[in-house]
Amino acid sequence: MRPFEQIVTEYGPTVLRVCRAVLGGVDAEDAWSDTFLAALTAYPALPGDANVEAWLVTIAHRKAIDIHRSRARRPIAVERLPEPTATTGRPEEWDGDLWRALTALPHKQRFAVAYHYIAGLPYKDVAAITGGSTDAARRAAADGIRTLRAAYAEASATPSPADQRGQS
Amino acid sequence: MTANSESDAERLLAALPVIDADTNARLHARLVAKAERDGVLDIAYRTLDSPVGTLLVAATGQGLLRVAYAREDHDSVLAMLAGAVSPRILRAPHRLDEVSRQIDEYFRRERTAFDVPLDFRLSTGFRRNVLAHLPRITYGSTQSYAQVAAAAGSPKAVRAVGTACATNPLPVVVPCHRVVRSDGSSGGYVGGTEAKRTLLTLEAA
Repeated sequence: MRPFEQIVTEYGPTVLRVCRAVLGGVDAEDAWSDTFLAALTAYPALPGDANVEAWLVTIAHRKAIDIHRSRARRPIAVERLPEPTATTGRPEEWDGDLWRALTALPHKQRFAVAYHYIAGLPYKDVAAITGGSTDAARRAAADGIRTLRAAYAEASATPSPADQRGQS
Repeated sequence: MTANSESDAERLLAALPVIDADTNARLHARLVAKAERDGVLDIAYRTLDSPVGTLLVAATGQGLLRVAYAREDHDSVLAMLAGAVSPRILRAPHRLDEVSRQIDEYFRRERTAFDVPLDFRLSTGFRRNVLAHLPRITYGSTQSYAQVAAAAGSPKAVRAVGTACATNPLPVVVPCHRVVRSDGSSGGYVGGTEAKRTLLTLEAA
């Protein structure tokens, strides 16, 4: 069994990207910390042949659901996304909008896009994490990507990001 | 989805920013603090520079567990600890602050004995008896393998003393470098004969 430090080094950045995609920036770091603390605690019992990344994303998914639930109990105003900063519309400044567009997707689509495209898990694993069929996971990811692409086209065309894009 | 649109989607998401080093460091520090708080950080480690190369130091909650020379391959040492003690291992310098300070002082000739709790669980039986005796060989002096065998209660176990020293999990701190051949030559050392000579020269000055 590898020292847990190696697990953090190898998968930490990807899991943070997944957490950002499903939760947005505000809660992502809490979800990341909760995920790796839970993983460290359970790590000695993990079977040697387990898919470590799928295992971590499964834990992260549960933490994200927990945070979504506690968020739902908070006043609406808290959930408002931070105002986008001024941008010149250069592509390298667009990624903030991509995060926002991701977090504006319906949950199922957001999870499917994050777990398949960011974590790189096959749809079979995505379905095992989110529930539902492999085909449903594939469809949700495809729908999510279609919305993101539309948002991307909009963002590329309009330098001002102040609109509410991506709310499908 | 076709293969084409798959790679298209990957290109789209490649626009997401990479995680920067500061963020990684901040999150790692937070994880270490929470793991300590919850009592699930079984082994903390760090590396430190010294005149005998980069040393790995690792500690459990009980005390210093392992000191390793670079030639032992730190990754292999950590993998061994994961198997022998626990895989709940994190780079967590704070737990090693005190021993690191004392090792620094030792190499600056400001310290002649170590005063930190030791976790001897990696050694058992006779080897452990030998290691327990070694701190009694005072700074700047040496003993032969035969003398150590006698002191550990088995005068004939000279070769076993050699093995105990060669497998000392806590070199530098538990001074196996002060055990030399009866003819006065330095003999083997877990850190290499060069490192042994460096330590003995440092202590003789």
